[in-house]
Formats: sequence, structure tokens, C-alpha cells
Amino acid sequence: MSTVQTTQYATFVVEDLFFGIDVLRVQEVLRYQEMTRIPLAPRVAEGLINLRGQIVAALDMRRRLGLPPRNVERLPMNLVVRTEEGPVSLLVDEIGDVLQLEPADFEPAPDNLTPSARELVRGVYKLKDRLLLVLDPDRTLEVNELLEARPAGSN
Amino acid sequence: MSEQDVLREFLLESNENLNRLDSEILELEQRPADKELLASVFRTIHTIKGTCGFLGFPLLERIAHHAENLLSLLRSGEKRLSPRLVAVILECVDAIRKILGHLEATQKEGPDEYAALLDRLRAAVEYPEDALEFLPPPAEAVPAEIEKTSAVSESAIRVDVGLLDKLMNLVGELVLARNQVLQFTTQKEDGALAATAQRLNLITSELQENVMKTRMQPIGVVWNKLPRLVRDTANACGKLVRLDMDGAGTELDKTIIEAIKDPLTHLVRNCCDHGIEGQEERARAGKPPNGVISLKAYHEGGQVNIEVADDGAGVDVARVKLKALEKGLIRPEQAERMSEHEARNLIFLPGFSTARTVTNVSGRGVGLDVVRCNVERIGGTVDVFSTQGKGTVIRLKIPLTLAIIPGLVAVSGGERFLIPQASLLELIRLDGDCAGRIERVHGTPVYRRRGHLLPVAFLNQVLGLERAAQDDVVNIVVLQAEDRQFGLVVDGIKDTQEIVVKPLGKQLKGLTVYSGATIMGDGRVALILDVLGIGERSGVLTNRGAQDRTATQTLAAAGSDNQRMLLFRAGSFSRLAVPLSLVARLEEFPQTQVERAGGRHVVQYRDGILTLVSLASVLEPGSPADTALTNDPVQVIVVADGQHSLGILVDQILDIVDEAVAVRQSTNRLGLLGSAVVSKEVTDFLDLRAVMEAVAPEWLGHQAANRAAIVLLAEGSTFLRGLIRGELEMAGHRVLEACDATEAINRMEGVPVTAVLAGSNLPPDGYGGLQNALKQRPNLAQIPVVELPASAGSRESMLASIAQLASAVATRDLAVPAGSVEGKE
Repeated sequence: MSTVQTTQYATFVVEDLFFGIDVLRVQEVLRYQEMTRIPLAPRVAEGLINLRGQIVAALDMRRRLGLPPRNVERLPMNLVVRTEEGPVSLLVDEIGDVLQLEPADFEPAPDNLTPSARELVRGVYKLKDRLLLVLDPDRTLEVNELLEARPAGSN
Repeated sequence: MSEQDVLREFLLESNENLNRLDSEILELEQRPADKELLASVFRTIHTIKGTCGFLGFPLLERIAHHAENLLSLLRSGEKRLSPRLVAVILECVDAIRKILGHLEATQKEGPDEYAALLDRLRAAVEYPEDALEFLPPPAEAVPAEIEKTSAVSESAIRVDVGLLDKLMNLVGELVLARNQVLQFTTQKEDGALAATAQRLNLITSELQENVMKTRMQPIGVVWNKLPRLVRDTANACGKLVRLDMDGAGTELDKTIIEAIKDPLTHLVRNCCDHGIEGQEERARAGKPPNGVISLKAYHEGGQVNIEVADDGAGVDVARVKLKALEKGLIRPEQAERMSEHEARNLIFLPGFSTARTVTNVSGRGVGLDVVRCNVERIGGTVDVFSTQGKGTVIRLKIPLTLAIIPGLVAVSGGERFLIPQASLLELIRLDGDCAGRIERVHGTPVYRRRGHLLPVAFLNQVLGLERAAQDDVVNIVVLQAEDRQFGLVVDGIKDTQEIVVKPLGKQLKGLTVYSGATIMGDGRVALILDVLGIGERSGVLTNRGAQDRTATQTLAAAGSDNQRMLLFRAGSFSRLAVPLSLVARLEEFPQTQVERAGGRHVVQYRDGILTLVSLASVLEPGSPADTALTNDPVQVIVVADGQHSLGILVDQILDIVDEAVAVRQSTNRLGLLGSAVVSKEVTDFLDLRAVMEAVAPEWLGHQAANRAAIVLLAEGSTFLRGLIRGELEMAGHRVLEACDATEAINRMEGVPVTAVLAGSNLPPDGYGGLQNALKQRPNLAQIPVVELPASAGSRESMLASIAQLASAVATRDLAVPAGSVEGKE
């Protein structure tokens, strides 16, 4: 990922943030899927979806980033990310294009990002009209953090 | 093919061959003349030798070479197979296996040179059989370890298990698609479509079945190793044991085969060591010197039964109980109530071992509990059957596969959940009047199931789901986790179905309440409940376990004087106690049901009228109105003496404790027997008789002439003491307890005891012993001693005779000889 060559990024939007994730880590993109709630699970884990017979956990990126919840009428999209333990879906607001980006435009993450966003962001690409935040998929899916993020004693 | 791959192939093949070799050599021992068998053994060794020469493993080659030399002499008839030679050959097989293990782990042959083995092999080839007597004997036979062989077995083709899993997933998906198509066809009136859909249906089912079969392996894969184990273990114990196997072709899912490997090995070893008697003992019992262990596997009701049977001494129930008591695994009163079958199953408790001596092989008290634990983990059960002197059968019931299990679909908070059928005991549906029958003890909901209290958890609460609208019906799913049972209340129960178990992702691994998830017929995901996890999270299981433990500990510490008491709060008394034996039930009534009749509060109860007693009016006359009546629902303890029932109004039930009552301090206060420290807090003991007298003197009219007495109850059994004490206290007597004659005499020191009731088997010398001892003491000789009725007969007749005794004590009419008391047998 730290190659000097250009990298392709699958892009998506959460709230007003524009994110990119290495396209090689993305398995597929899906419309909203019906989900099964998981009682007692960390709040980030929104539910389970049936991905062609495979059971996949869907993590809400808004919760993960500490953003306000999505408008109920607006259904999230599934961005399915490959991991060593099988796919995991990220629930995002909108899916964007795949962009090819030059290393020259890359900079470390700015300090004024929210703390929860900053820990998940590797850096920023300066595009013509906006900034693209590069998401670290592994840190985003970090389990322990997710489980510990749950307030003690809560159901 | 890389060098790595070549080595892997070689290891796979050789391990497979070695497994076969073990059983073949043992067969050969039985039939030394079998040319074909000999040829096969020779071929196997030869192949290993050839390949390792090619790969450059000199040590392995040398061992295989010498073994081959020996075998070729046997094959040509120049030598005859003797037990000594078999031992040497088996030793070779072990050495080869060890080296292969090293190769797999480090790609080197390992440090051991096997010089002694090579010498023995050379000697076996060069010298005639009788000359071998002079050679050092083969190293002491060590039972073959349950080695972790590479996951290889005999099969026609090797397929990666991952691929099979993938196939399984795809088939599962196909099944779902098929279901949708079928649903679709019912909406369309199209003959051709319907016919095609039907065909699709059939093919899919057949495909599913066959893909499932690809994961199946015969149980013989595990059994192959056992003949060797039996031979070695039997040798080590100096016994003669034969192993019979029946049903080696019975197939099980690969993961299950893996899971039962260790438990089975353990059971067989246990049979050898504990089950089968030594030769002299067998001769004494008139049995043939050869013990037989038989393994049997067969399908039954969608499960596989595996039986490990021996014709040994059987399980000595009395000794098992004694041992369990000795080790503090059970309480004395438990031991007395236990059926033989229950007692036999004690051998599966952790920390249990009846072996008189700890041998190399077993007897260290670890083992059978691990067996049970492993078998239950895969949804199986273990049971033991035994006839003393004839033998023991241990039966494992194992599901065919882990991937697909039957499950019950339950609904809670609008979500579907699956409960594995293996943990399911029964379903209870309470409707109408019964719906309120979940009671609370110390805030813990319980349900009375056939006279036993079953702790209950509400799935909604456990999972933090919203409660469904209260309706009249309560569904309780009775579950078994390990050896404990609890009830789980769910909103609704649907049907049972076969479910494909899928693991939850890494993100959700921390959730112990689910064991996985599955995809339902409509394509949506449903969670599978982990029964143990649910039990623990709800506190139903851990609490009980802890209580049991503390109870056992206090028992061990205090010895005997334990009493089960119900603690409650009423009015200004924050902690009151009554013996649990006097409590018939705990009830709740809506306030609206409380009526007034004859100046008393009453409720209609079980086709009758139950009088409610306000304790405040008895204990604190003139106090303001009882607060207990303002509760809604009203909490009531129902006490009964056989003829009458009385409801005692309480504010709150606190707890049930099983404790030795340390200090009893008597009181003059009406309605109280005294106070004592219970669970580290001062507690007042309610005098039920006085309460009854205050409320309904007419009930006690026939006893009006009676006088309360101080009774010394001397009885060895804690259980009986508890029972009798309750009955005596009910009749208004103060009771002192003693568990043996010495304690009885000490207790009577300085106390004006009215009468002594002694058990016929009172330690150390029975009823008569105590009687004689008392006669020799001038200050005690005048006190009447009555023998308690024997504990035979039903609980009811026992209680009836105790009640008679109690009234006899009250009227000082102790001329009644114990023998004439009803119920004595």
C-alpha cells in the first residue's frame, strides 16, 4: 500500500466526508440488504446479512466514525471488504467512482479531523475540488477496539 | 512439484500406511501363517524404505531396511513370528512414526539414533529365536500415545476440506434459491414450470445429501489405533484383553470424528485399566482369563451411538457414592436420594477416580469428566450402564454432523433465534391461570416443574430486547447445559428445522450468547443461541453453581446442623425465617383478589379459601395496618400442616439458604421462636404454631392440652433430620439436633430435654447404644428415648408417623412403643 506507484481507490461518502479505500481490498458493492440485528453486539455491528450463503457482519461507518446516525429514510449501501477471516460489510451513505491517484497528491491526515476519524485515516489526497481521506481497512475492522468501545455493563 | 510438496506427499502416504500397519501386525499375531497379510506388511515397509532412500533420510531408511530384512525371513518361512518379534516390529513402526513426526515439524529426522532398536533388529535377523532370550528385552512397553498424526486417513482421493466447505456453502445457497423458485411457482399456473421446479427440487435435495456425505468418514479411522492401544495398555497392567469391533464402517462427519478421537481412546484405556479385572480376580469370578472390550457403532434416530463395553467387574455403586462423598463432590443427603443410574454417572464428575491405586495409565482423577465435556461440546451425550460383576457399557450418542443440526425456532422481541435440539429437554406452555406460575425467590424467577424448582431466564431480558405485549401465554423452553437445567422464556415457539451452522465473524467472537448463525428459508439470517452462554449471562447457571459450592463448603465445615430456610421481610421485621420444609408454595395474588370474610383477609385459592395472615397483627398487635396488603401483587407464603393451609402476607421474599444455624437466642415474644445468625445477619425465626394459634385457634383445638417440649433429635442422616425437625417444630417443639451418640449426650448437658428421638442406625452403635449410654448417666436415665421409625416406606407415611410421635411427645405419652408406629417396616 505504500508503493510509489499510483493506486486505485474505491470511493464512498459518509456524512460529508469523502473516503477512499484500496480497490484491491473491496470485494463488491451492494445495495441495502435486509439485516438481522445482533442483540448484545457492539453498537457498531449493525447486523448480519446473507451474502450468497455466507453470513457477513455489517459495520455502520457512521457509528465507527462517531458521526450522528443516518436519516432513517436513507438506506445505507454495503461496501464489502475482504479480510483474512472472510468478508465484512461497511455501511456507507453513498458509493462513488473508482479513482486513480498520484502519490504526489498525498499528505498525512490533517489534525482537525475528529479523533475517531483520525485513527482510521492513513492520509489525504488533495483532489481538485475536495479532499479524499484514505481509510485503513484493518484498523476500521479492529475487533478489540470495537468490543471495548461498548460501555461496560450495557446490554 | 516443489521439494516441500514431495515431502508432504511422502508424509501423507506413510502416515496412512503406518496406521494400517499397526492393525495388520496385530492381526498377524493372531494368524501368523497368513501369507497375504505378511506380504502386505512387507510391502508397506518396503515402500517406506524405497521412498526415504530416494528422499535422503538415512536413519529412516536404515530402520525400514532392517525391518524389511526381518519380514522377508518371516515371509519366506525361515523364521516364525513370535510375540518377541512382534514387539520388535511394532517398536520399528513406532520409531518410524516418531521420525515422521520430526520430519513434519522440523524437516529433520530428529536426534534419536535408535541404536538399541537397530541392534535388536539385527539380532532378530541373525540369531535363532531362542538365542534372543539373552538379548536385552524390548524397552518396557509404553502405551502408544494418542499422537497427533497429520490429518490423513484412508480415502480414494484427497480433497481439501476447505473445498468441501465451499461446496457445502454453495449447496446451501442453492437450497435457498430452490425454495424461492418453489414459492414463485405456486403463484403461477404453469404446468411446465411446476414440473421443472419439482425436478430442481429433487436434484437439489439429492445434491445436498451427497455433498454432506463427502464430509463423512467411517469411524474405523479412529478405531484403527485402538487395538494397539489395548494391547499395550493390557500388557502394562498385566491383563489379557481382546478388542472386538463392530460397525467400523459407520460414518460420521469429519469434524466429529476428530472430536471423538480422544474421548474414545480414553474410554478404551479406562476399560483396560479399571473395567477388566486382573487374571486372578477373573478366575475367582469364574470368568475366562481373557477380558473382552467391544466397540460398537450404529445409527439410531439420526444419531450415531457408540458403545464401549467391557466384561469386567462393573461399576460398584456403593463405592462410587462413597468416593464421591469422600471427595466432597456430593452431599450426604444427595447420596441417599440418588438412584443407581444417577450414582453411576457420578464417575463423570471432575475430580473423580475410583481406582484404588494410581497407575501409570489412569486413576489420577482426570479423564472421564474430560470425555463427557468433549462429547457434550459437539452436542453428544454420555451414559453409563453396568451390572455389577458382569461388565460396563458406556454409550456415547453423537450427532451425525456438526454442520447441519436440528434446531428449534423461537421468537423473542420480534427476532427469530435457533436453539440447538441437543440442548432441548422439553417445552412448557402455560396459559390462562397458569401463566402467573413463574414465581420469584430472591428476585430470581423460578418455575415449579414436577415439584422441583427450575431457575428461569427471560430471553428478552438476557438479550436486552423489548418485551412483547404481555399476553396470557408463557412459553418455557427447558434447556440442559452441562449437567444443569434451566428454563428460557421466549415470546413464541415456531417449528424445528435442520439448520446449517455458520460461524460468526471475528468481529462478533466475543459474544458468548451465540454459537453461530444460520440462513433461514426466506434467505434472512437468524442467530443460534449458545445455551451455556445464555445460562451464564442470565446468571441462572453461575448462581446455582456458586450456591451449590458454598453449600457444600459450609456443610463440610459445620458438619451437620444444616437447615433449609426461607428468608423474608414483613412489616418492621426485616429478616424473618421459616423452615423451608413447612412452606408449601410461594404465591402472588393481584390485590383485587383479596377479599374479606369472617373478619379475615382471604383469597380464593385452588377451589378453596385461603386465609391470609398479617404478621404485623400477630407480632405487633396494635400496629398500623399491614404494609404487605398494599403491595400489588400481594406476596404470600403458603404453609400447610396437611389439613389446613394458611397464607402469610409478606413484603418480600429474600432468599432460600441452606445453613447451619449458629446461635439460637430464645425470646418471649409471641409468634417468634427466637433469633439466630443466618448468612451473617440476625434473623428472627417465626413460630408458625403461635401464628396459627393467634389466627385460627380452632385448628389447633385438638392439641390444646399439649405442651411444647424440648426434643433431642439424634439421627445420622442430615436429610432425615431436616425432615423430622420440620415436623416436630410444626407441632411446637424446640428441637436440638445431634448426628451421633456422643454429640447427643453433650447436647443434653444442662438442658431440660423432654424426650430423645433416636434413629435406629444412629452412629456408632444404633438406637440401643444411645439408650444404654443414657441409662448409665443418672441425670439422664429418666429421659424417655424413642426409636425413630425406619426410613423405609414413603415420605408420606414417614411424615405421618413422625407427626404421631410429635403429638405423643406433646402429651408426654411416650409409652407408645416405636414398633407400633405406622410406617415402620
